[in-house]
Amino acid sequence: MKVQTAPSPTGQRGHLRLDATIASSATVVGPFEAQGPLGPLFDRVVQDDLCGEKSYERAELCLLRGAVELLLDRSEVSATDVDLLIGGDLLDQITTTNFAGRDLGVPLLGVYSACATTSESLLLGALAVTSKAASTVVCATASHHLSAERQYRFPLELAVQRAPTAQWTATGGAAFLLGRNDEGLARIVAATVGTVQDYGLKDPNNMGAAMAPAAADTILRHFRARGQASRDYDLILTGDLARAGLPLLEELLGEEGERPAHRLQDAGVLLYDPSQDVHAGGSGAACSALVLASLVLPRLRRGELRRVLLVATGSLHSPRSYQQGETIPTVAHAVELEAIV
Amino acid sequence: MSYLLAFLVGGALCLLAQLVMDVTKATAAEILVGSVMLGAIAAGFGLYEPFAKFAGAGATIPLPGFGFSLVSGLIKELPKEGWVALFSGAFKATGAGIKAALIFGVIASFATRARA
Amino acid sequence: MEPKEYRQRVKRLEPPRPIARNALWAFVVGGVICLIGQVVQSGLMAVGYNQETVKAPTSIIMVFLGALATALGIYDRIAKFGGMGANLPITGFSNAVVAPAMEFKQEGPIMGTGARIFQIAGPVIAYGLLTAFVVGLVRFVIMGGKP
Repeated sequence: MKVQTAPSPTGQRGHLRLDATIASSATVVGPFEAQGPLGPLFDRVVQDDLCGEKSYERAELCLLRGAVELLLDRSEVSATDVDLLIGGDLLDQITTTNFAGRDLGVPLLGVYSACATTSESLLLGALAVTSKAASTVVCATASHHLSAERQYRFPLELAVQRAPTAQWTATGGAAFLLGRNDEGLARIVAATVGTVQDYGLKDPNNMGAAMAPAAADTILRHFRARGQASRDYDLILTGDLARAGLPLLEELLGEEGERPAHRLQDAGVLLYDPSQDVHAGGSGAACSALVLASLVLPRLRRGELRRVLLVATGSLHSPRSYQQGETIPTVAHAVELEAIV
Repeated sequence: MSYLLAFLVGGALCLLAQLVMDVTKATAAEILVGSVMLGAIAAGFGLYEPFAKFAGAGATIPLPGFGFSLVSGLIKELPKEGWVALFSGAFKATGAGIKAALIFGVIASFATRARA
Repeated sequence: MEPKEYRQRVKRLEPPRPIARNALWAFVVGGVICLIGQVVQSGLMAVGYNQETVKAPTSIIMVFLGALATALGIYDRIAKFGGMGANLPITGFSNAVVAPAMEFKQEGPIMGTGARIFQIAGPVIAYGLLTAFVVGLVRFVIMGGKP
């Protein structure tokens, strides 16, 4: 039986018009991230990598839960007022998020798109608010350098030399409170869901290069749907192409006539100082969320930035798919933020 | 003199392995497996024994020396034990190192934890 | 852009590995470790071990030093610049056994430490033994086991 389908309501597949407010945000980071250039802007710094826990996986849970609890606390919202918690992390079966759901007792939607999880959860949260299916939504992501190393790479004490294109998973958690308030940090007005791209790259030590085409595709689709160009934005924040992927994205956009120049910045480049020896830069589900919450949202709130496109990118491989010689599929989700005035 | 030779030859083997890794972009594991196999093959042709005599620890401490020990131990047992030595010989020369690593590994796992 | 074209561009833009610097450090670190090995070996021979009997205790001491540096969290730092200079010597083999043993402690002594202890060193031992077997078999067939 042929099913009748209607054309996309926005005229562009995967493009969403949204109306939600980011009312507040909260960040918790590890000591190493606190030493970076954004260090003073984070809300809380945990004393050590273990966060007082017995494993790095539990430490990651401590970061995510800590960010959500801080968010609820400073927003004076109780967990029982939260309609939905949408979040994700990098560990197998997104245990960090699921365990946080158990601890917080909030209706939970766990999502995964690797380091694109930040914009995926914001996009879904804003969608729930826009549709009036929910009025108070918390979006949260976390990652931990050491739990990610354990899962994706090698034992911590193993003698390994890292490639210059390798990225450093950020240790931290960030949470955002979404609603329909008239006041807050910024408004989410539109989003574009990414299509999964695969240009046949296989090197997990150069994820920036694998993800740049996904970022370019999503940015261009978003511009087309909105009738915009890069000059309409004060900031296009990708996360996390790092120093290896950002020049590739610039070239890909340039070929389509888009030259955002200084407007285009990357969370993986901003989070750490080059002297911190993080190779190409930061990555991880928390990386773009930390930069968004600490640097970008306050500037939107102060009106220093008017319009921002958050384009979080994710590498969708697993250690097993890599060992079996599979290429790295990647995705980028864009969320358009506007200053509230 | 033996100290200088150990430094120079051992260093040169490591330099060579590093060059191959950086140029071919092979993984460290591939390079290590390849070095053991090359050491074993060289030993089979009788080339490693004089090399080890010449360079001392410079030849026996790097991983090709492990391949050499596997083969020389096996060859030594062949006349005594015949075909059985094909299965038992290699561990006789290298067992001490492997067992030491295992024991120290388990002890370390009890005594300390992995960190950044 | 075609995926193939893009892959070529990625290759072109990739920052080159510091080949000369890596090679130099591998030489220095590997050389120093082998020098320590020679000191250990000569020391043991000075207290009565001969050319044959000195091999096993030298290995044990070097493995111990590698394990100690790993447990203290030093060995991975040496390897960061030393690369193969830290991996190739027997101390690197020791590190490859001790590091996963420590790492998987959290998953328990049996399925964690016990099962994963050869995660990295296993391939080296397996293919080393296989090669030794083939080399031995060839010699056995050709020379009938004469040394």
